[in-house]
Amino acid sequence: MGKIDFARRWEKLKKAWYKFGKNPLSIIGATIVLIILLLAAFAPLVAPYPEHAGNYVNFPEASRPPSWKHLCGTDVFGRDILSRIFFGFRFSLGMGVVVISITAPVGVTLGLIAGYMKGSFMDTLIMRLTDIFVAVPPLVLALAVCSILKPSVFNAMMAISLLWWPWYCRLVYGISSSIRNEFYVQAAEVTGASKIHILFREIFPNCYGPIFTKLSLDMGWVILIGSALSFVGLGAQPPTPDLGTMVADGGKYMPDQWWIAVFPAFAIMFIVLGFNLLGDGIRDMLEVEEG
Amino acid sequence: MHFIKFLARRIGHSVFVILGLSILVFLIARVMPGDPARMALGPRAPEAVVQRFREELHLDKPIYVQYYYWLRGAVQGDFGMSLFTKRNVAHDVKEFLPATLELMVCTGIIFTVFGILLGVASARYANKWPDNVVRVFSYLGVCTPAYVFGILFLLLFGYVFNLLPTIGRLSPELEYPAHATGFITIDSIIAGDFRAFWDGLKHLIMPSVALALGPMAQEARITRSSMTENLQRDFIALERSQAIPERRIMTRYLMRISIIPTVSVLGLDFASQLGWAFLVELIFNWPGLSRYGINVMLHKDLNAIVAVIMIIGLVFLVVNIVVDIIVAGLDPRIRLGAERSK
Repeated sequence: MGKIDFARRWEKLKKAWYKFGKNPLSIIGATIVLIILLLAAFAPLVAPYPEHAGNYVNFPEASRPPSWKHLCGTDVFGRDILSRIFFGFRFSLGMGVVVISITAPVGVTLGLIAGYMKGSFMDTLIMRLTDIFVAVPPLVLALAVCSILKPSVFNAMMAISLLWWPWYCRLVYGISSSIRNEFYVQAAEVTGASKIHILFREIFPNCYGPIFTKLSLDMGWVILIGSALSFVGLGAQPPTPDLGTMVADGGKYMPDQWWIAVFPAFAIMFIVLGFNLLGDGIRDMLEVEEG
Repeated sequence: MHFIKFLARRIGHSVFVILGLSILVFLIARVMPGDPARMALGPRAPEAVVQRFREELHLDKPIYVQYYYWLRGAVQGDFGMSLFTKRNVAHDVKEFLPATLELMVCTGIIFTVFGILLGVASARYANKWPDNVVRVFSYLGVCTPAYVFGILFLLLFGYVFNLLPTIGRLSPELEYPAHATGFITIDSIIAGDFRAFWDGLKHLIMPSVALALGPMAQEARITRSSMTENLQRDFIALERSQAIPERRIMTRYLMRISIIPTVSVLGLDFASQLGWAFLVELIFNWPGLSRYGINVMLHKDLNAIVAVIMIIGLVFLVVNIVVDIIVAGLDPRIRLGAERSK
């Protein structure tokens, strides 16, 4: 194993960070994500009415339009919508993190194997399997799996995970199949490096950029799909403060009590926008590193 | 010749995928915990009835035998009974599919046409205000789920301004035009009923725009980046040096190659909107396959769930083959059999 040139790495990192900081959109994205992370982490402290997150009923205050007391109004049970949105961020982020930390490693590993062994039986098996999974929109399969299982946050996460790995697999496959004949890979083969070493130390580092970009963009996507499952009633169940569930509940009281649905909907847009801007920023930043 | 080979390979691959999908969906529907027969008949049905039902559906046999029976029926268009509508699933699909297809075709037209137009405008006026407007819009489009657009439209155009009808495909006082294609807009023209046509079109606007905004934003971004990239190419400089009018360069030479990446992702966009249609149809009470799909899912109606997913997979594959043919038409490298450059 060669000596790692820390000074050079540090220089590269500094250059990348400089590029990241120069793009106002990336900074906005990073700020949004940071704000949401903090709000979610400290929801019990920052929410104006933390007890409204769960099963709380206060009919005298029900269905109040936005006011200084309740910035986003209250729902039909008299719960403060802003507080519930803060708690909703917890579920959305949690769902994104769980799904991605299950699917990314699986998808990446399979993609590396298939790409490195391009043309072999393993390649055909893995890639044809991904073809089947991507032949139906992920949302539809997730809905179907959730409907057959008992609807809950946990099952929703499992359902999305079941469908998400092929996208990582395809991404990594493209890269690893194109560089498996590079000289440094051949050199490792000739010197008798193990398969695991070749996959994870020689090929895998080339995939960092696209994977990080995809991770950030996918946080947005998984949150969208999770909210869609809850919207239909196949994800988080009331009284869980989930953004999708809140939009669906609020939809029933349109148009008179528009705030019940509209503010959680904006919250979803905000969170997804943050991760999208961040993802684009990461991509631009890493492009510089290549050059 | 190359093209026919290419097409044959694509179709062969699709047949494989649809078979694989059927196994996957069948496994999901059958291996999941719970007894399908019991689920269908409810907890109070007597055991003897449940047992007979099991035998009727071959649920007492091993899973591969069940799959064999199911597949034998499916290739003949028989997906079994729906436990939700108590009718043949194939019959339900036939009834609800046209509404969804009409919605999706309209959505596809909107996002293709406007996505490309916006992308071209954005590239033409790069870094000027039209470009910035398109950019902001595309972020908005990418981060907003279609059902949120749906709800906002419903609120704004349905209730506040009261411009468009909010639910269904046709106002209740109007008669459905005679069934020819199942598309209300087309059927009403065939029948010469322009009131129904206008009404049907008005019903289509909100749900299809709600579905189209997301992919429209994506298409605009892709078109923009591919056009700005191609503008740097040598052949554009050559054409300019020969004093070919700028307009002609743009429309004839630049557009054609620049929309190839845009067209290639059309199929994927179409497919993902087919997924979001599940929610949008629910919001607008659109009597299509997707709303039917949600209903059967909420009722755990296994036969119908499997059928709906298979039909959606089939639509997706057909759309992708069509997209591949269009791309091949646009890109001589594929049409003439050269390997697509990676």
